This record gives sequence, structure tokens and C-alpha cells, in this order.
Amino acid sequence: MLEVVDLWKSCEGQPLLNGVSFAAAAGETVCLLGASGSGKSTLLRLIAGLETPERGSVRWDGQDLAGVPVHRRGFGLVFQDYALFPHLDVAANVAFGLKVQGQAQTVVRERVAEVLAQVNLGDFGSRRVTELSGGEQQRVALARALAPRPRLLMFDEPLGALDRSLREQLIGELRQVLRLSRVPAVYVTHDQEEAFALADRVLLLHDGRILRSGSPRQVWQEPGSDWAARFLGAGNVVAGARRPDGRVETPAGVFADPCGGTHVTGEPACLLLRPGGAVRRPAGTPGCVTGRVADVVFRREDYRVTLDNGLYFFLTEAPRLGEELALELPPGAVQCLS
Amino acid sequence: MEREEEVDGSALQRSVGPSIRHLVPWLGVSLFFALFFFYPLVRILRIGLDPAGLLQIDPAAWSVARQAVGFTFYQATLSTLLTLALGLPAAFLFARFEFRGKALLRALTAIPFMLPTVVVAAGFNALLGPRGWVNLGLMSLFRLPGAPLPFVGTLGAILLAHVFYNTTIVIRLVGNALSQMDPRLEQAARTLGADPRQVLRRVTLPLLRSPLLAAALLVFLFDFTSFGVILLLGGPSYATLEVEIYLQAVQLFNLPLASLLSLLQLLCTLVFSVLYSRVVLRPGGRAAPRPAVSNLHRATGLGERLFVGGGIVLLLVLFVLPLLSLPLRSVTRLEADRGQLGAVPYGLTADYYRALFVNSNQSIFYVPPFAAVGNSLAYAGITVVLSLLLGFPAAVALAKPGRLERLLDPLLMLPLGASAVTLGLGFIVSFNRPPLALLASPLLLPLAHTLIALPFVIRSLQPALASVPERLRQAAAALGAGPRRVWWTVDWPIVARATLGAAVFAFTVSLGEFGASSLVVRPEYPTLPVAIARFLSQPGGLNYGQAMAMATILMAVCGAGILLIEKLRLPGAGEF
Repeated sequence: MLEVVDLWKSCEGQPLLNGVSFAAAAGETVCLLGASGSGKSTLLRLIAGLETPERGSVRWDGQDLAGVPVHRRGFGLVFQDYALFPHLDVAANVAFGLKVQGQAQTVVRERVAEVLAQVNLGDFGSRRVTELSGGEQQRVALARALAPRPRLLMFDEPLGALDRSLREQLIGELRQVLRLSRVPAVYVTHDQEEAFALADRVLLLHDGRILRSGSPRQVWQEPGSDWAARFLGAGNVVAGARRPDGRVETPAGVFADPCGGTHVTGEPACLLLRPGGAVRRPAGTPGCVTGRVADVVFRREDYRVTLDNGLYFFLTEAPRLGEELALELPPGAVQCLS
Repeated sequence: MEREEEVDGSALQRSVGPSIRHLVPWLGVSLFFALFFFYPLVRILRIGLDPAGLLQIDPAAWSVARQAVGFTFYQATLSTLLTLALGLPAAFLFARFEFRGKALLRALTAIPFMLPTVVVAAGFNALLGPRGWVNLGLMSLFRLPGAPLPFVGTLGAILLAHVFYNTTIVIRLVGNALSQMDPRLEQAARTLGADPRQVLRRVTLPLLRSPLLAAALLVFLFDFTSFGVILLLGGPSYATLEVEIYLQAVQLFNLPLASLLSLLQLLCTLVFSVLYSRVVLRPGGRAAPRPAVSNLHRATGLGERLFVGGGIVLLLVLFVLPLLSLPLRSVTRLEADRGQLGAVPYGLTADYYRALFVNSNQSIFYVPPFAAVGNSLAYAGITVVLSLLLGFPAAVALAKPGRLERLLDPLLMLPLGASAVTLGLGFIVSFNRPPLALLASPLLLPLAHTLIALPFVIRSLQPALASVPERLRQAAAALGAGPRRVWWTVDWPIVARATLGAAVFAFTVSLGEFGASSLVVRPEYPTLPVAIARFLSQPGGLNYGQAMAMATILMAVCGAGILLIEKLRLPGAGEF
């Protein structure tokens, strides 16, 4: 299994990774979710050995990989723009890893056919890679990484260049391939849809550190920080101050303090107001969030209603613009961020 | 009412459809080419293929010619292989590594390409020749009677000079491809288990096949048509096609054989040029995007450091030493003058430069050597004026290519395909009798120089003229400027820079031209390169020193010209 221990790396003098640690066990798919430029690709390159960390180590089954060159680590890497060899056809691309291992012709041919079938490109073997569509090229890149039976698979935003429907289709295929091969995978992306669909565990990367780690459901239900809540679009992030009676006063209203532990009066608090499940109440009902409707956007199953104070909620019925609303939030809709 | 065509082209030209107007800019160039290129070519064809003349050639001459052909291919192949052997690692050095002084070293490797052959020959002579630094140093160190290291007159000298000249082609063509290669391809190969040697063999080199082939062909072409290097450094025992044409024409007066050899040379050049354009224009079929990650890094580890350090030292030695030896040799007295008795005052001296102004009785020319400098400058001036006069209108026409332009464009490059010696031969056989008895005129030579410089001038003016954005002209016109004023305020500032560059180009080409000059020059009006060549072969320290001095002057002027051209070049202007 893979262990990343306290990796530090700076880029052109600026700090990029400031002590990243995580692990990936056999059969587990770990997704690193973070904004563009947060160092996700660099992290993968450090694991692959293409770059060396300034501090920290990468271990496999307990052994430090510091002196091990790239070509001996056995880690497959699927790039964002595929990086297929343009001078080789599809079959030769897929066979590359096997050929450099010195495998026999028949073995190579069989394995190539097997892997191409896995990614649904069965009779593409003799095609030139430059003639393929984006989705086909990505499948070839996956097949190529799988063919030499790596002990770890890494994905660097592989679906970034594809359109939505293709992406969804490939996510499904990827899930199947990963499940069948049982190889541990580290998947890096800025798209939460991909991360939630593929991951057994989601890691949020921000400011060079892992801010939150957990199953997709855990991370979504409890983002744990205001950055995470904003990044995931989990809801309204409101800042306020604690009152002597233990409640939290915010521009949106006064709420019971959902954070555990003892706090001092005046201490700043950050709350997450979940937008779902809000119920309209008559104006003046106590304990409601109030505001004037500023915008209404259709969302297929419901409406996203934005109030003039900036808060947004999902309502089943569309109110009129400018209407005064009083919304009662369901229990658990107010969460603690800090 | 005529509508002024607004799409493109200079504001001075109003297109009214294909008409006489379109032919005007091409008039000068066409006449010039017809008279001074095509007509001599036809003459060479007639003499070279005339059965009567060919039958008179004796068998000995035929075998000499055969040998020359064989040797030409042999030395060109060897030179190309050696150039690739040095150029490929050098390309890697520049494309993959970052180190201090990189830009300077890169510029250094490009200088030789533009230098006149006599300067290069003189430089190597000054370093490794029998009277050069190395040999004289060894002689005085070990008290030897004669020069221990043979150089001039060996195949090694020819090969070395060729490598010196052409390495930059490999560095540019292959280096560009290398630095544009997506680094992720090699990284992918490594993650798939390929060790560095396998990455090179299976990924990097296959992707370099096309630029490598193009570079090899181009280098071969230059080595094949090499003249000055063979003549001056190869000595009497080595003759290529070019040298043989020269010898047969000028020394043996065997015009039929010289013409035949010229035709053979033209044919070979044509074949190689077609091959080259095929390789260069073939669609590479690469879908790899431009890399977002840079390919460059500082050398790490012992192996890389040795490679980079060793490479830098080797390149410095090869490119700096010959160029440095020349001026140093011209100001140092290391041996006695011819006929001088008594003690020789060794050391620094300006005597060789002073002697340029003096016409001693022993000199081969009836004028002081410095007159050669004046002649060359005058010829260069005439060349600049002529090539600009003829080339500018053609370049203007090419900026807005119509049917006529597309037809004439490839014909413009033809003089480059014929070697300078062939052009000179053409002049000799065409203008030696009335009504075109121009051979006696000293003004014939600048015409030859213009012929050689014109393609360069047109090619360097063309992108500048085409680059003037039509919007600017339209904006100026909308603000009330008439066509002439528009041209003066919008076109000219952009074009002036390119014109200056083209002028300097023509000047430098004319100054250093040796091939055609050897054949056409009048003895009483020698050019600088011809004078240098003559003086180099004369015994005696004074003659040698004067040759060095003149070569240094030529190097300085051409070097300044090269720098000026680089400064004036439009960013992004094409190379080969």
C-alpha cells in the first residue's frame, strides 16, 4: 500500500505543498480534490518519482522510495492530455510498458487484446492515435497504463478535456475497470462530480495541506471548514459572533450554536446554512431566515432562490421577484464550520 | 469608377484585375535574371552538351573529373556524419539544459555559418596551419625544424572546417524540435518502466527522425557545394566538383568539361533540394500539444554535469579558438619575412596592417593590398543598391501574391541552387565576346554578387512587407491621409527596418563572396577574399601576416554585419 508522509515542495520559491500525508490501501480509490494550481499534479509527480520532495517521503509497503528511479516504481500514470506516443499506433502504445519489460511477443499480444477489450476498444489496435477522438484517446491512455500490471494507478485530471456526457460515460467505465483490477488508485481532480463518483475516500487539498479526509458522504455532509464548504458549494457560509446566551448572531439571523465545546462571548463563529429542505412560513414567524427574493433559477427538480442578503435556498415552488420570504430551516441545516 | 481594393497589399498599388500594373514590379528582376542567370545557364548547357567539344577532352581529364565526383560525395558524407555526431549531442545540450552563458554559446555556434569561407580558412590556418599557433608553438617548444602537425592539405582540415560551419544547422533544426517536444511523452515512457536509454531509443529519437533527416540533407547539400574550404584548406591533392570546375575553367581553359561538370552539379543540387523540401513539408501528423511544462532544467548528478561541462568546453574550443587565432595572428610576428636576413623581432606588431597600404615589388598585385578592401566595399555598395532596386518591387508584389507571384516565387530561389562557381563560369562563357563583352569590365562582378544576394533580399523583405496590418492603413486613410502619406507613415517605419536588414545582408554576402569572384574578378581590381587567398599561399611572414590582417578586417566587418542583421530581424522571421 502507498503511504505519503509529510511531503513538502515549493515551486519557484513559492510554497506549494506544506506537509501532505495520506495513504491508499489495496483496492482503494483515493480522490484528491482541490482547486486548479493547488499542487495536485505536483503531488502525483512526486509519488511517481518525476520530482523529488524537499521534505518528507513516499513509501510503498513500508519501504522508502527515495532512491528508486521512476522506471522501477511500477506506478502507472494517466495524464490529462493523454500523452500518447504519436509515432506508434494504438496497439504499440498499449504494448509499450510490456515491451520495455522484455516480455515475449505472444504474451504482449494477448495482454494488449485483453486490456483493449476492458476499455471497449477491442478492434482499435492498428489505428493511429492521432485519428482518435478525445474519449478514445483517453481509453487508450488508460489501457496503456493498465497493461504492465502496475501496483498503483495515478490519474491526473484525465477527464478534464472531455465534454459532460462523455465524462459521465467514462466515469462509469472507470469505476468498473478500477473495481475489477483491484489496483489502488490515486485520482486527482478539481471536479467534485468525478471525485464523489469514483472515490472510496475523498481528500480536500487546500493551501498545500489535506484539510478534510473521509468518504464522499462524510465530506459532503460535514465539510469541516469554510473553504471546503465554499469549494464544494455545500451551502451558505455565514460568519458571526457568539452571544452571551450561547447563540450565534449573524447577518442572516440568530441561530443556536451547533458547535460543541465551550466558547467565549464575542468569539467569531462560522456557520454553514444548508440550502435544502427550507419551508416557507408566513411573514413574521419567529425563528425564520428572512429576506427579499433577488433571483430565481430553475434547477430541474426545484428552484434556487437567492435572497437580497446573499443567501440561497432550494424551494419546490418559485416565489416572485421582490417577494418577502420567511424560511424555516429543518433541523440539522445549520452546521458548524469553526 | 475604380474601387480601390482594400483587402491587402501596399496602398501604392491599385488592383484593377490582372493587368500590366502587375507586371511592372517584376520587370527589373525578370530582365536581370534573364540576362545574368538564364542566359549564362543556357550557354553552359550548350557548351557542356556539345558533342564536338566533349570529344576533344582527353581521357586523363575524364578520370580526373570522375575522381572529383567521387571525392565530392565521399567528403560530403563524412562531413555530414561528423556534423551530426557533434550536432546531435549539442542540440540536446541546448534543448534540455539550463546553464550560465547559454545564449552566448548558442550565438557563438551560429556565427561561422555566416562568415566568408576565406575567413574560416584563414582562421583555421592561423590556428592549425604550418605557420599557425599550434605548429609554431610546438616547433619552438621542442626545437623542431619543421611543422609537426599536418593540417592544410589533409582531409581532416576539410572535415573540421565543415563541422565548424554546419553544426549550427543541426543545433537549430533538431534543437527546436527537441525543445518543443512534449515532456510528458518521455515522462509517460518512464512511468511505463523505460530506463533513460530506452526512453531515448523508443520515444525521443523516433520523434526526431524528421528534423534529423532534414538537417542531414541540408548539411550534405552545403558540404557538397563547398568551394572555399576545399580550395584553401584541402590543398592541391583534393578536388571536389566545384574546385574541379574552377580549375578546368580558369587554369586549364577546358570550358566544355567545366560546363559539363557544372550541369552535373546543378542536377545533384536539384535532387537534394527536392528531397529536402519533401522531408520538411511532409505532414508530421503530430497531435501533441505545446508543452505547458518547460523541458529545461539545470544539470543534476555527475553524469549530467559531465555532459554539460564537457559539451560547453568542446564547443568553446571548436568555435572560439579558430576565430580568436585569426586577429591574434595578425598582430604577432612569429617568423621572418621572405628574403629577410638577420634577427627577427618576435612579438606584437602592427606592421602587417601598415604593410597593407604599401605596394612592394614582390606583391602579386600591382596595387597596394589595401586597395582590395576599397574594391570590396565599392562592390558591396553597388550590390546593395542594385539588389534593393530590383528586389524591393518584387517583394512588394509578393506581399500580395496573385497568380503571377505564385508562378514566379519558386523561380526566385533558383540562383541559390546553382553554386557560386557555376554562376561565375556562366559569366565567363557568356560575356567574353561582343555584343556582351562585359568580362573586361570591373562592373561585372557586382552583378554576380547581386544575383546571389537577390533571393536573400527578397526573402527578408517579403515578411516585413506582408506584415503591415491593413487595418492601420485603413485607419490612416480614414483620418484623411492620402495613399502616399499612408505609405510613408504606416508602411515605411515597419519596412525601413527590414530594408536596412536586407541591405546589410546584401552587403555582407557581397563582401565575403569567394566562389564567383575567383572566376570573374579582374586582377587589377581584386576583392578582399581573393586577395586573402592569394596572400595565404605566398611564403614569407609578411605575406602571411598581411593575409591575416586582411582576413581580420573582413571578419570584423562581416561580424558586425551579422550582429546588425540579428538585431534588425523581425521576431519570428523564418529560418530555413
